[in-house]
Amino acid sequence: MGKIEWAMWANEQALASGLILLTGGIVGVAGQFRGWEFAAYSVAAGVFVCLLEYPRGKRAKGTSVERTGQYCFTVCVKAFGPLTRNYYVRAFLHAAICVPGGFMLATVLGCVCLGIASLIYLAAAIRGEHWEPILPRKEVRKPVAESIKNPPQNPPPRPPPEMRRKQAKDLESAAYDNPVSVTADE
Amino acid sequence: MGNWFVNNWFSAIIISVWMGLNIFLFVWFYFVYEHGEEFYYTRHLLGRCSRTMRKQLDKNLTFHKLVAYMIALMTAVHMIAHLLNVEWLNNSRQGVYDNLSTALSNLEDDTDDSDHRTTYLNPIRKNDIQIPTYFVFTSIAGLTGVIITLALILIITSSMEVIRRNYFEVFWYTHHLFIIFFAGLVIHGIGYIVRRQNKESYKEHNPLFCQNRTEDWGKIPECPIPQFEGGPAQTWWYVIGPMVIYLCERLLRFIRYMQNVQYRKIVMRPSKVLELQLVKKGFKMDVGQYVFLNCPAISQLEWHPFTMTSAPEEDFFSVHIRSAGDWTDKLIDIMMGVDGPFGTASEDVFDYEVSMLVGAGIGVTPFASILKSIWYKFKDNDPNLKTRKIYFYWLCRETHAFEWFADLLKAQEKEMEERGMGDFLTYKLFLTGWDQSHVNYVMVNVDQETDVVTGLKQKTHYGRPNWDKEFEQVRKENPTSVVGMFLCGPEALGKVLEKKCGKYSDVDPRKTKFYFNKENF
Repeated sequence: MGKIEWAMWANEQALASGLILLTGGIVGVAGQFRGWEFAAYSVAAGVFVCLLEYPRGKRAKGTSVERTGQYCFTVCVKAFGPLTRNYYVRAFLHAAICVPGGFMLATVLGCVCLGIASLIYLAAAIRGEHWEPILPRKEVRKPVAESIKNPPQNPPPRPPPEMRRKQAKDLESAAYDNPVSVTADE
Repeated sequence: MGNWFVNNWFSAIIISVWMGLNIFLFVWFYFVYEHGEEFYYTRHLLGRCSRTMRKQLDKNLTFHKLVAYMIALMTAVHMIAHLLNVEWLNNSRQGVYDNLSTALSNLEDDTDDSDHRTTYLNPIRKNDIQIPTYFVFTSIAGLTGVIITLALILIITSSMEVIRRNYFEVFWYTHHLFIIFFAGLVIHGIGYIVRRQNKESYKEHNPLFCQNRTEDWGKIPECPIPQFEGGPAQTWWYVIGPMVIYLCERLLRFIRYMQNVQYRKIVMRPSKVLELQLVKKGFKMDVGQYVFLNCPAISQLEWHPFTMTSAPEEDFFSVHIRSAGDWTDKLIDIMMGVDGPFGTASEDVFDYEVSMLVGAGIGVTPFASILKSIWYKFKDNDPNLKTRKIYFYWLCRETHAFEWFADLLKAQEKEMEERGMGDFLTYKLFLTGWDQSHVNYVMVNVDQETDVVTGLKQKTHYGRPNWDKEFEQVRKENPTSVVGMFLCGPEALGKVLEKKCGKYSDVDPRKTKFYFNKENF
């Protein structure tokens, strides 16, 4: 498993956890469960985590595939600079966010899943990974070389006429291959 | 739409039947719990209850994914339902609801009788302030439920396309959490938590009559204390069959693993492609099938699939392996053990009168096997060979990758000409990654008989194929045939070809029809 980028999996896990937190929170609030305040918190936390994790980071090696419509989110997340670039920050952030979810049954699963995502992010951070935004590449036009403006004045040097004619017997020493047969007899 | 159905009617039927069964079971059990008299009091405590089912089947990838989505959906529904249940049961225990609920919840546990029947209805026994979380984590159903849902979530996130395609090991190892999932699933229901009024009690105590007379229960003859019993675990009925089949398959694979495999020849091809020729006693294969390879020196646990490039008529089997990740890289230095063969769509090639084979890059491997097999069948005048015309399209980015396959094509080209069979196989090679230096080289050598890139008589085309032109040509040359289109290559190309097959197929049965088949890992 040498080449794996843990952050990619951590990202999937965190996004899923956000959705699960959100769902659990909605059930808790809608059902007016005891401890519904924690459920309300989970709804907000879930939405926040989803927004943060939706834009996929750029892979260090290989082609990165964007999620649909993630460009706006990428720009927002990028705006926070080192806070979102560094995976240690994300690991601790997720660990902190997930704790209140553990106080209510409906959100316990979201809490545990987010905790796992936090651990995977920690592994990614230890391995030195960081988040890079996927941005559209700017095409750089190669500057036109100067030589194109000055065509040559003289024809290229050619060998003397005797050598130029293709010797039927001596193909090896002929200067070039003629596509059309040069002997009149054929 | 009509064309899609004609091509995929079998899969469509299987999926409809399976979905139908799922829906039927869901609705059936819904009504059992909704209308069954023995559940009258249970319903009162809960309001709603639903049952989740899922079935497991065989190794078809698409079906597997469909089942996985269904499991995920049902798990979500099941979990939400039980979250609500536990909350309401707990509240009921606290006496938050009406008299009947409180009375039902207060029923004591009477375990005097030796056949283990208990009297109570509400599975939450303690009535000091208890939170639902505590109940969940101290019951088998709750604990297994949380654990297996967690396993399921980890399996799903590591199976997302990004992870699966680029970090295969993570996907592979995490997927084995399914063992925990199924073990937990089977024991999930053994706690007899969902309870109902038992038959004898129902004869003596009618809920409709007694529900408003809770103070008189046990005091008047019409309403003795009602008796309840828990429902047994049932999931194992559905799971046991497939689990046994799966275990048998793994056992078989293990036995095969222990058998000896010998290396006949190992060749390193350009572009980091490794050709392995292996011999195993009693090994039988069909064209286009694949094998799983394991190399204990690299990893004890990993088995990776590879299509075979040899024909069944040969006395060995070969695979061509491209460097595509950790494992393949290491393999290119080390040796292995073999298991297989497994089947895919390519075996159907010989059933069509006319076949169009499209291979992109290393995707040409199943077709290598097919072309060689055709070669042998023709030599032996095999009567089973229905095919009388094959169009082969090979798309590749760089020239080096052609070379290992060039031998085969050259040999075939020569033999076909000698036997006057030049018409049988038409192949077109497309070099999609050409640049200016190629152009210059080709321009200078355009008059040569053989192609400068491959050394074959057939010239290499540059750029991607114009599929409309190709389909037109095939249709023109085969006005009344059934044409099978086989692709081993990227999704995007598959979608394009599928559309073309639909576009160029004629509804008139006497005219040309194209059927699309795809193999993709």
